[in-house]
Amino acid sequence: MKYIDEFRDGKLARALARTIAREVRPGKSYRLMEFCGGHTHAISRYGLEDLLPEQVRMIHGPGCPVCVLPIGRTDSAIELALKPGVTLCTYADTLRVPASDRLSLFKAKAQGADVRMVYSSSDALRIAQEEPGREIVFFAIGFETTTPPTAVVIKQAAALGLTNFSVFCNHVLTPPAMVHLMELSAAGGVDSVEIDGFVGPSHVSTIIGSRPYEDFADHYRKPVVIAGFEPLDVMQSILMLVRQINDGRHEVENQFIRAVTRDGNQKAQRLTDEVFELRANFDWRGLGEVPDSALKIRDEYALFDAERRFGIEYRKVPDPKACECAAILRGQKHPSDCKVFGNACTPDQPIGSCMVSSEGACAAYFTYGRFRSIKRT
Amino acid sequence: MCLAIPARVIEISGEDQARIDIVGVQKDISTALIDNVAVGDYLIVHVGHAIGRIDPDEAEKTLAYLAQMSEEDARALAAASM
Repeated sequence: MKYIDEFRDGKLARALARTIAREVRPGKSYRLMEFCGGHTHAISRYGLEDLLPEQVRMIHGPGCPVCVLPIGRTDSAIELALKPGVTLCTYADTLRVPASDRLSLFKAKAQGADVRMVYSSSDALRIAQEEPGREIVFFAIGFETTTPPTAVVIKQAAALGLTNFSVFCNHVLTPPAMVHLMELSAAGGVDSVEIDGFVGPSHVSTIIGSRPYEDFADHYRKPVVIAGFEPLDVMQSILMLVRQINDGRHEVENQFIRAVTRDGNQKAQRLTDEVFELRANFDWRGLGEVPDSALKIRDEYALFDAERRFGIEYRKVPDPKACECAAILRGQKHPSDCKVFGNACTPDQPIGSCMVSSEGACAAYFTYGRFRSIKRT
Repeated sequence: MCLAIPARVIEISGEDQARIDIVGVQKDISTALIDNVAVGDYLIVHVGHAIGRIDPDEAEKTLAYLAQMSEEDARALAAASM
């Protein structure tokens, strides 16, 4: 496939790895957080950590929307799905997320709830048109990449005058979560994690551009390199971060120049802004309450807001005691530090959300690196 | 979740809609988030929507950089083995 295969060349990856190994300085540490779950997945799948020198350590970040969604939010989705007359449309990733009372959307479906897996927000809109007698609720999750497609269908639903379509909005934002991680570290408490640089997200940045990271890099004095999702993209970005750290620079650099500009996709930003506004607070699994870190539907589109339509109120639910997802999402712990990893908690029977999505740190390690990571620790 | 794939436009199939081809698989996707889509463009497709476009010149620059880096690596390897 064009624009994919050429960025997976093993020979070039090894050349990049040798270049990185030549440039790292003895005694210096390079703790790099890849914010995005897509990078976590790529690093595990292509075994990139095995190519890197000891001093370069990858820390997995909270950029996996399924992972950071707190249990209370999935509980609300299940509550909606179990209402008579309601059809809940969802991306596949959320179906197996464990919720309260040993439930998940999959188990709710087995109990008779009408839960349907969709590939696109547009599919949910089409179902609403085809089945006017049912209340169609779209369970919207995701970062800035996934938000504009939700905005598009809300605008389309308004233009079509649909009265049986609404969205349960759980869209979250990348820069506030990065800031929150830095603030936790600055506070120096038990939740702090040492990070020397960030691998910035690919497609989130296609939408928002590289500009929103500039204040972050400047204020926290941490380099950010926006990276594509293919293995060579990630390796080149690590080299760029190593060079910045060696030079004492903390700039925003863009490796993913074929798809990211400084200003991003302004049409998508405009549409998102027309439909959504900042939510004062959102509870993230692992990060807790983060101000201005998520979106809600504007008053003009209140008719399409499932939270208002069905009077959904968020209830905070603690994570299972044995589960280390919270510390893993903050980058403090590695999946292999968790007692239930790979035994009680597996992708088939997940206890925590990081074992569910293929880009969750636990699922990525279970699938591609569980034997290697035991050796390494 | 934020995964997206580059796919070639083979037809403008409606208003804000294009047909794409990914190694033989064809699908209609929404282009509501992108202006001036043309046949032959490589769009970045995410959950049935094009969210961006691949810039072929910039892609070439990255590949040229990687090739140059690889040559420098080969020279460094040769120098180390002398």
